[in-house]
Amino acid sequence: MNPTIEFPTIEYATLAPLLLVFGAAILGVLVEAFAPRYLRKSFQVPLTLLSLIGAFALVIVQVVRGDLPTGPVAMGALAIDGPTLFIWGVILVLSAVCVLLINDEGHFVASAASVPGSADEEGAERAGHEHTEVYPLALFAVGGMLMFPAANDLLTMFVGLEVMSLPLYLLCGLARRRRLLSQEASMKYFLLGAFSSAFFLYGAAMVYGYAGTVSFAGISQAMAQGALLDPLLLLGFSLLGVGLLFKIGAAPFQAWKPDVYQGAPTPITALMASGTLVAAVGALLRVFWVGLGNLDWNWRPVLWVVAALTMMVGAVIAITQTDIKRMLAYSSIAHAGFLLVGVLATYDTGAGNAVSLQAILFYLLVYGVATVGAFAIVTLVRDPGGEANHLSRWAGLGKRAPILSGVFAFFLLAFAGIPLTSGFFGKYALFTAAIGSGQEAGDSLGAWMTGLVVVGVIASAIAAFFYVRVIVLMFFNEPAADGPAIAVPSTGTVTVITLSLLVTVGVGVFPEPVLQLANTAASSLFIR
Amino acid sequence: MSSLWLPILMAVPVLGAIVVALLPKGSTTLAKQVTLLVSLVVLALTLVMAFQFPNAAGERFKFEATYDWIPSFGVHFGVGVDGIALVLIALSAVLVPIVVLASWHDADGVKAADGTVVAPKRSVKTYFSLLLVLEAMMIGVFAATDVFLFYVFFEAMLIPMYFMIGSYGGAQRSYAAVKFLLYSLFGGLLMLVAVIGLYVVAGQGTFMFPELVGAIQDPATQKWLFAGFFIAFAIKAPLWPVHTWLPDAAAQAPAGAAVLLVGVLDKVGTFGMLRFCLELFPDAAKAFTTPIIVLAVISIIYGAIVAIGQTDMKRLIAYTSISHFGFIVMGVFAMSQVAQAGAALYMVNHGFATGALFLAAGFLIARRGSPHIADYGGVQKVTPVLAGFFLVAGLAGLSLPGLSSFVSEFMVMIGTYSSEAFGSGALAAAAIVSALAVILAAVYILWMVQRALNGPTAEPVKAFKDLNAREVWVLAPLVALIIGFGFFPKPLLDVINPAVTSTLVNVQVHNPGVAEKGAGQ
Repeated sequence: MNPTIEFPTIEYATLAPLLLVFGAAILGVLVEAFAPRYLRKSFQVPLTLLSLIGAFALVIVQVVRGDLPTGPVAMGALAIDGPTLFIWGVILVLSAVCVLLINDEGHFVASAASVPGSADEEGAERAGHEHTEVYPLALFAVGGMLMFPAANDLLTMFVGLEVMSLPLYLLCGLARRRRLLSQEASMKYFLLGAFSSAFFLYGAAMVYGYAGTVSFAGISQAMAQGALLDPLLLLGFSLLGVGLLFKIGAAPFQAWKPDVYQGAPTPITALMASGTLVAAVGALLRVFWVGLGNLDWNWRPVLWVVAALTMMVGAVIAITQTDIKRMLAYSSIAHAGFLLVGVLATYDTGAGNAVSLQAILFYLLVYGVATVGAFAIVTLVRDPGGEANHLSRWAGLGKRAPILSGVFAFFLLAFAGIPLTSGFFGKYALFTAAIGSGQEAGDSLGAWMTGLVVVGVIASAIAAFFYVRVIVLMFFNEPAADGPAIAVPSTGTVTVITLSLLVTVGVGVFPEPVLQLANTAASSLFIR
Repeated sequence: MSSLWLPILMAVPVLGAIVVALLPKGSTTLAKQVTLLVSLVVLALTLVMAFQFPNAAGERFKFEATYDWIPSFGVHFGVGVDGIALVLIALSAVLVPIVVLASWHDADGVKAADGTVVAPKRSVKTYFSLLLVLEAMMIGVFAATDVFLFYVFFEAMLIPMYFMIGSYGGAQRSYAAVKFLLYSLFGGLLMLVAVIGLYVVAGQGTFMFPELVGAIQDPATQKWLFAGFFIAFAIKAPLWPVHTWLPDAAAQAPAGAAVLLVGVLDKVGTFGMLRFCLELFPDAAKAFTTPIIVLAVISIIYGAIVAIGQTDMKRLIAYTSISHFGFIVMGVFAMSQVAQAGAALYMVNHGFATGALFLAAGFLIARRGSPHIADYGGVQKVTPVLAGFFLVAGLAGLSLPGLSSFVSEFMVMIGTYSSEAFGSGALAAAAIVSALAVILAAVYILWMVQRALNGPTAEPVKAFKDLNAREVWVLAPLVALIIGFGFFPKPLLDVINPAVTSTLVNVQVHNPGVAEKGAGQ
């Protein structure tokens, strides 16, 4: 056979953000191993924050220099194109902000291995121990998030998926309060996540069986030449779809979301609700648009049903929730549905697809920012036993903390998509892309796209009900005598909330700059 | 050439709202004074603008200003007024200072007759800054010449009103506020789909209203888009059967907010029908005329009959408004010059008449702490001034000749009866049936007056004090306007008529009224 092994070419400059995050994560593990306990936090926090900010700066440098690679990098494993860089930027900002929340006192268990309520736990708490492993774990998760949507073949994507998910499973179980709930959430997430990963892997294997390659470009090419109704392909793409839809929490694969969001420490919930969603939607786009682009007449009807179902399930079930984090989880399901409307909005022309992609990227940014802000506020409303997550505890909060409640109400209005908030333009952009794609001559869904948008606005109206209900509780009800205390926010939390608010207001009034940015990122489309 | 009038008119209340919100804690009187001052400045600016209107540059829309807002979506910050928009902006500008005066103590809390707290004391600053924000949005929604901008104001103005009802209203306030918001939001979201559809189908890459007129030719598309807009406006107006939020919202809102809700916000619905439904989708409007006229007649009769049965004064007034909105919608869709001019005039006059009635009822309720008519009696003997104003406002509500509503109601009925738009007797029949409401109006108003103001003086009423100077200042201007425009509606009609003419030209209805007017000028 061929005795020479080709030396792999790695485009270090292009991959720098990814390498920086993974490098810092590994350094973090070394810090855990060698630094004394009392020094660890003062190493970890700057290391984590600086690496995320540095990676963001590296992304900006690439954007400014503008000479993006025209083909896949790292031996065809990763595709660093406009959408990828935009998604990277969003993920890095959101995760840096989440790290500020993670950094706050009192979210994480003192000793994860000790039995809840045991003397061990009490001792660890009294000694002021903390698990600084949280930081490298979060960095690994972020690295996975960066890799997941940038993957150019199914195997790299699977690796990204796992690198992102495994640390998150662990982080979910580390809540300081209500530990059993947290551990249960972690277990559920792990089991269901493992199932979905298996689905993904099966799907990848079948698609490989069909196409003889795992790279998206190869799959696309195979479909251009081969039969399109091959059972291997159809089964394969359905299984891939299940794995990916699970990650974004689309119905009927949404069951894990409320439990996990509720049980996980709130900063981790914020990271999952923003970063993971962004990454997973990016990956979904790559698989469905790049890999299976030629099959879109086949998967769009299926995704139509999933999108409609997701929006309605999220909006309707959220009404019955009594826990603020569960409510936000269902809200996140509904928003995943809105994003799927954008994924469905494929055009025959590249320019049309760029419009849809721009809408999706814009939506990811504004939704992620508002979500982090909302969860940051959730961390501040506290009872003696931890966060006061039961909705009844939020009654009359507007009187105790008018500014905090006002800001929270604003985030809720943004989720509801009221004009003059960023959420409105997000929704508007997505719906416009969807209706436009249906209006295209010969579109396989045609007027059904408008129908889906109608379902979307009905879901928005239903969703508005539960957002408004929280506002009613906070502002129109009298505070309970022993209401929750508002923790004095740390500088980090204040920064998070202020930043989210500024973006939500600013983009709500002047969306043009961000739209332009998304447009620039989207116009180059995905590398094929 | 762009004029700064309208942007300034909107900026002043916004700046005022910020100032009021930033005042130091506890400076409640100052907050009220600043709000009053700002609203008077807006009124003065509006009046100056209104007097310049006939000579201002521009064909249909005057005082135009257009700036790019979101080029990616083809959205502009485009403002400009025609005659109808101008009179509605003037209506808002007149009502706001009156409402500020009337709401002087609205944030101080509401106590029921037995001393239980119905609504606790709330932040005065918040109330008045919300009021000013609302004023800016009211001006913006009528001034918008960009469909998207109109939509943004249409939806965004719900939020300040929602907080005004929910935080400062009566016992059922949060229920009423949520009902109000959800109804309006649902309609608004359907309209959003139609707005997007309009943009995509028209394919003009712009939302500017003048460029979208006539852009949609396909009849089926027109019908769908018309439906999206119309349902939103029908909920807002409100038209039977989507009216049920109004009595709750109006009854629970503080009197001042109720005036703005019924007097101005609801007019956005009928204004939208006239401006957007008719002009953007003329064929669909004509196709749907019959069912809409039927709904309007049902609203007219239903609102009047249900009003008779009300025991709560504010609910009663709300139902009379549903009847009146039926008249306005009938006038809009009768597609004749006289009927549409009457409808536009009715929008203004109804604002004055219902505003006065709500405020007079509000003063009465503030003295007794109960909205139930049965709790009153013989008020006239104790507080003759209050009772007098109440009576005049009531008579305006039943369209007594000599008071402003009469002119507009008469024009709507005559215009509908004689409209030749469809060459059938259907509109004439609608006009005849709706005339019955005039009799019903006499019943609901006079019976309320009789029960509340006349008869033996109820025990708690004996302690009533008559109107103080502030309250007289609230009601006197409105009554003066009602009587003034009752005898001399010409200034309003002169402004309204050209706008109606250009609407009808866009709708392309054969209309003898236009030809006559044209010949006479």
